[in-house]
Amino acid sequence: MATAHSRMTARLMISPAVIMLLGWMIVPLSMTLYFSFLRYNLLMPGMEEWIGFTNYEYFLTDPAFFEALGNTLALVGGVLAITVIGGVGLALLLDQPFFGQGVVRILVIAPFFVMPTVSALVWKNMFFHPVNGLFAHAAKGMGMQPFDFLAHAPLLSIILIVAWQWLPFATLILLTAMQSLDSEQQEAAEMDGAGPLSRFIYIVMPHLARAITVVILIQTIFLLSIFAEILVTTNGGPGYASTNIAYLVYAQSLLQFDVGGGSAGGIVAVVLANIVAIFLMRMIGKSLEP
Amino acid sequence: MAREASPSRKIVTTAVAWAIGLAIFFPVLWTILTSFKTEAEAIASPPSFLLFDWTLENYAEVQERSNYLRHFWNSVVISIGSTLLGLVVGVPAAWAMAFAPSKNTKGVLMWMLSTKMLPPVGVLVPIYLLFRDGGLLDTRIGLVMVLLLVNLPIIIWMLYTYFKEIPADILEAARMDGAMLRAEILYVLTPMALPGIASTMLLNVILAWNEAFWTLNLTAAKAAPLTAFIASYSSPEGLFYAKLSAASTMAIAPILVLGWFSQKQLVRGLTFGAVK
Amino acid sequence: MLLRSCIAVVSAFALSAVAAQAETITIATVNNGDMIRMQKLTDDFTAKNPGIELEWVTLEENVLRQRVTTDIATKGGQYDVMTIGTYEVPIWGKQGWLVSLDDLGADYDIDDLLPAIRGGLTIDGSLYAAPFYGESSMVMYRTDLIEKAGLEMPDAPTWEFIADAARKMTDKDNEVYGICLRGKAGWGENMAFLTATSNSFGAKWFDMDWRPQFDQAPWKETLSFYIDLMNDAGPPGASSNGFNENLSLFQSGKCGMWIDATVAASFVTNPDDSSVADKVGFALAPDTGLGKRGNWLWAWSLAIPAGTQKAEAAKKFVAWATSKEYLALVASKEGWANVPPGTRTSLYENPEYAKVPFAKMTLDSINAADPTQPTVDPVPYVGVQFVAIPEFQGLGTAVGQQFSAALAGTVTVDQALQNAQQLTEREMRKGGYLK
Repeated sequence: MATAHSRMTARLMISPAVIMLLGWMIVPLSMTLYFSFLRYNLLMPGMEEWIGFTNYEYFLTDPAFFEALGNTLALVGGVLAITVIGGVGLALLLDQPFFGQGVVRILVIAPFFVMPTVSALVWKNMFFHPVNGLFAHAAKGMGMQPFDFLAHAPLLSIILIVAWQWLPFATLILLTAMQSLDSEQQEAAEMDGAGPLSRFIYIVMPHLARAITVVILIQTIFLLSIFAEILVTTNGGPGYASTNIAYLVYAQSLLQFDVGGGSAGGIVAVVLANIVAIFLMRMIGKSLEP
Repeated sequence: MAREASPSRKIVTTAVAWAIGLAIFFPVLWTILTSFKTEAEAIASPPSFLLFDWTLENYAEVQERSNYLRHFWNSVVISIGSTLLGLVVGVPAAWAMAFAPSKNTKGVLMWMLSTKMLPPVGVLVPIYLLFRDGGLLDTRIGLVMVLLLVNLPIIIWMLYTYFKEIPADILEAARMDGAMLRAEILYVLTPMALPGIASTMLLNVILAWNEAFWTLNLTAAKAAPLTAFIASYSSPEGLFYAKLSAASTMAIAPILVLGWFSQKQLVRGLTFGAVK
Repeated sequence: MLLRSCIAVVSAFALSAVAAQAETITIATVNNGDMIRMQKLTDDFTAKNPGIELEWVTLEENVLRQRVTTDIATKGGQYDVMTIGTYEVPIWGKQGWLVSLDDLGADYDIDDLLPAIRGGLTIDGSLYAAPFYGESSMVMYRTDLIEKAGLEMPDAPTWEFIADAARKMTDKDNEVYGICLRGKAGWGENMAFLTATSNSFGAKWFDMDWRPQFDQAPWKETLSFYIDLMNDAGPPGASSNGFNENLSLFQSGKCGMWIDATVAASFVTNPDDSSVADKVGFALAPDTGLGKRGNWLWAWSLAIPAGTQKAEAAKKFVAWATSKEYLALVASKEGWANVPPGTRTSLYENPEYAKVPFAKMTLDSINAADPTQPTVDPVPYVGVQFVAIPEFQGLGTAVGQQFSAALAGTVTVDQALQNAQQLTEREMRKGGYLK
């Protein structure tokens, strides 16, 4: 069907995007790669020298590294679990007829529009704060000791904040998918005496599978580099309890101004992200085939 | 309606849905309410929900301290500018991928998405140096470029999945009629693609509006958008909950309103190919 | 619509044409109360200096530091005046990144600057940053609560007394905590307090060969003392409390004592913000009798980056903001208690200012700190609550994380110290200090 001419046109149409992204990827990446082999601290100009793999050695043997790796996975996994399960539940609920559907839908999607820094600040100060936060007031009202979320469950607190921000996104996509579900098929199943649970398992879930993979893909891309929320709430602590890879790279390059070490960390993060990406794309690639 | 619920069930669903909706919305609501309290009331224990002396003093204070309108305008220019440019580059690319796919198409698409996985903190110094040499620091055009590149993969991906759903037969039919490529795009496909383009645009305006790393690190005074505005209220000395709430409300209100008004359009195109 | 945007474009051009005639200097500053006040008093400067426009970039401290450091180190040139502290000045000055400020004009009276503060901003006899306000740390306490506990606060208490008083003042049922101290991780947060405190316990960061000293007894003593005290008499969630969090706790009457920056004195005694304004007393930071007190020294200062094209206009601004006249201007508008403290001798000789309750204690605290000899034993570095080497920001924050974790109870004191020792050794080896 496609002629040589139209293939030519197609290539012409794609090329600006490809060239721009290629430039965006290659230029900083090659600079970062080069820096990662240097002793290069921004605060000590003129001292740059080639030090081979030393930066990588230090980054990978940093006691924080493996903890950060674990935290990164926990953060991504935790948020995905909450948003996918919560999103399916909410989509099921919002798909039912009830009064004020439009308004409730607006309420549910609101968190998606809030800047990450703002939501982290609001959660930290007005909800999680152990003295002035709303949860502390509630705990005191019920005669309990306030729980210090950010000190004793830092990673969980961050997962909650991030999940709150991304739940609307998952809900929206899943709801859209749900609404395209054939209601006749549902009714037929109902006639045949299938209960709500089996209808959910055999009809709804398979229908949502694609939407769920899409939610996982898009969110993972954003969640791997979560950083602002950590910076605002816990600064990666206490200890390294809420440090992820992105935050570790930040600490190297913008707290110590160790551009060499930070660059090595950045390259490691890129490699790790690409491993995740390959894994994800296998999954997506399969489920997106028609 | 095919599925008619019984009235009692509808009432139960209504109650549950409203409870959950309000719970999810509550942090936003609480922020807005707190912005109208005095600092002392903002941390009062037990907190008062509605029965407090409503005041506008926090907004006055924020207005006095920062040039809100300039930050707002920068946010508008940057997010809309980067989105429009993104569409100019992204629509043809997605179009070609959807209607003239080659065996590499899927690979190219996945590669594009993978560029989003670069941790921005790792490449700040190189980008900063490039911006310095290009005279792009603290300029809106510089930020438009960065945000364009950051969001382009998502734009192309969204458009691609949307275009793919346009039945190819329509295209065939148009070709049979001898329509030229331009006419094909203009009269046949564009109307069908519009909802997808609209929701792509909305999503990207939202993402660009909320982007807080590049916008904060590559600007100083002239091009600083609302993300930088918030950074000056994040932990000032003394009591700050009410002022922080007022600044937060001012920063999120425009996009919240836009999002609410356009949620229908947003939903229609936000399928990412997930709906068959 | 089109017409309107045309008008907008044209007027934008018109505006930029007007702006081009005036010289605009961009000032990066931190969002502390005194700086916000300065920003509000801008009109006074522009009235005296027609032709100079001011552009403010006000940011939270950590964001500010990251922004200005990146900018000056890459010579980005986005700012004409930067607000920096005593930590940055020696490092940046040595690199030749700052414009020398020896010529701020005859009426600037440079010799009026407090010697302790001026010393920290001077390199090889030249001033590289003008102090906007200076601070040390001291004990702020509730006079009513200490009376209730049956104690009397001496002017120069020991740590032993403080610990005892804190435990006696604590009344957790009524949300009164004997002592509020910093716990939030950061080299400028908990480590500022803990490093200064460790000096009074005879501890130090490094010995003369740059060997980290966290495996030595004085650090263990410091950290155990701090954590025991906070567990018994501190507020919940102390491990995420920094200066601001403690300030709001103290202002709302939840702390018996608070050891922190002297500038806080004007906030806790201001009846507009503080519910305990008339019940606050002050004392020097505590000691253990080893000859050093646990107080730090810091000055937020205005500096001019070397690359700027507008050095003359920037100097005019720096001179204005740190002048005697500026102090008088603030006093005339907001009262003497709100004047930026700790920079000028003449301020402390002013009989009006002497009436301010915390004036004398602030001056005594500043004079009690010595950045060139911060510790009991000799050390190879300068800085009371920091070590003026480029690695310290990252190092201090990483160690701060460990100590914050110890306060939260997720690691023990010994583990925290061991981790601190290990990571400091790593960094020092990487930085080439240790072979």
